[in-house]
Amino acid sequence: MQFRVTGLTATALGAGLFAPGMAAAQTLDVSITIPRLTVAEYHRPYVAVWVEKEGGPAKTLAVWYDVDLKNNEGTKWLRDIRQWWRASGRTMRFPAAGVTGATKAPGTHKLSFRPQLAPGNYTLVVEAAREVGGRELVRLPFSLPKGGTVRASGKSELGAVTLTVKR
Amino acid sequence: MKLRTILIATAVAAVAIPASVQAHRQWMLPSMTVISGEGDDVWITVDAAVSNDLFYFEHQPMRADISVMLPDGTSGEVKNKAQGRYRTTFDVQIQKRGTYKIFYASEGVMGTYKLNGEEKRLPRGTTAATLASAIPAGATDVRTTTSSNRNEIFVTAGEPTTTVFRPTGKGIELVPVTHPNDLIVGEDATFQFLLDGKPASGLTVTVIPGGIRYRDQLNQQDLTTDADGKVMVKWGEPGMYWINVTTPRAAREEGAPPAPGGRRASYVTTLEVMAP
Repeated sequence: MQFRVTGLTATALGAGLFAPGMAAAQTLDVSITIPRLTVAEYHRPYVAVWVEKEGGPAKTLAVWYDVDLKNNEGTKWLRDIRQWWRASGRTMRFPAAGVTGATKAPGTHKLSFRPQLAPGNYTLVVEAAREVGGRELVRLPFSLPKGGTVRASGKSELGAVTLTVKR
Repeated sequence: MKLRTILIATAVAAVAIPASVQAHRQWMLPSMTVISGEGDDVWITVDAAVSNDLFYFEHQPMRADISVMLPDGTSGEVKNKAQGRYRTTFDVQIQKRGTYKIFYASEGVMGTYKLNGEEKRLPRGTTAATLASAIPAGATDVRTTTSSNRNEIFVTAGEPTTTVFRPTGKGIELVPVTHPNDLIVGEDATFQFLLDGKPASGLTVTVIPGGIRYRDQLNQQDLTTDADGKVMVKWGEPGMYWINVTTPRAAREEGAPPAPGGRRASYVTTLEVMAP
């Protein structure tokens, strides 16, 4: 299992592993396709993008949810992105600056991150959960400083997901 | 008057239902255990009942005084409590981050005494405080057993916390090794149980997944706490699980008056195991 480290310890470890200045900055270019679904009741999915260091904690890069509901009510369903919630979300406060954003329509969305990551093996995880729909998660392993391009594809709630790591 | 006797017996039976002496299972079922969101509009609702099957309403509502302990250890509030034919239901408003405990705990004394050569049982509902008045003057051969029954569930908003697990030292209590709101199929969970504040070895632990009506096998796990009072549970499927922990008893003892000077305790919880 990827989530040996629970939220109880993730906070304590998280600060150290992702401390700035540990490695040269690299860019993670992520492309996420949200499929167009023909269903009776469609809601845009909640999506979380995060990075896990092998045997270590998770760092959230992006969360898309209903950010503009009154009283921050959209956060009520963040738990439905359930692996992300356990790995990282439950330690966070929302909205989180630079991380949270509105849900996105079907189509291909391009994101770019510059997290400070030490050399090692990582997994980029993209998880989508849709109201009155399903949930799906794809994992893209990569290692630093090697970099390169990794591709994955979901079957239901996610389409093609591509990660390109550039120094 | 035979009818009158039956009516009285029914009324008495309905007052208290200690888990240790009933075949029926008592349980509380929270609408969710892992909560995100903050503010005044975050609530959970709980069904509480006594039944044979899990988690179906087919026997009795739970008749107990339910308490809420907030993540900081102070008391919270049960709202909208209602009792129907088969279940009790109530709500808890989740306004703080951390782990909540929703529970009831009861203490009682069972036993017998002899009066004028005739053996009598202590009335139901006798406690340590009322014991003296429950035994009439001139009674001899007084034999008592103290019993503790505890039923509790946990829900967590945000990160799991552990303040609500601070032991009271009464009856069986759960101490998390694995936090009860951090359970997932594929990861074994370990819990420690205390009896009167001390790690309790040899306690009987019964684990049954809910949804019995839709399968042929009970899928019951019978476990025993180790020397440290710890037990490891492997989860089969995601879902709600009923856990019952009791002090051990010989089978022939079931339903019989308790052994003199004994200690009986039972613990019930409902745990939610998430899909990976």
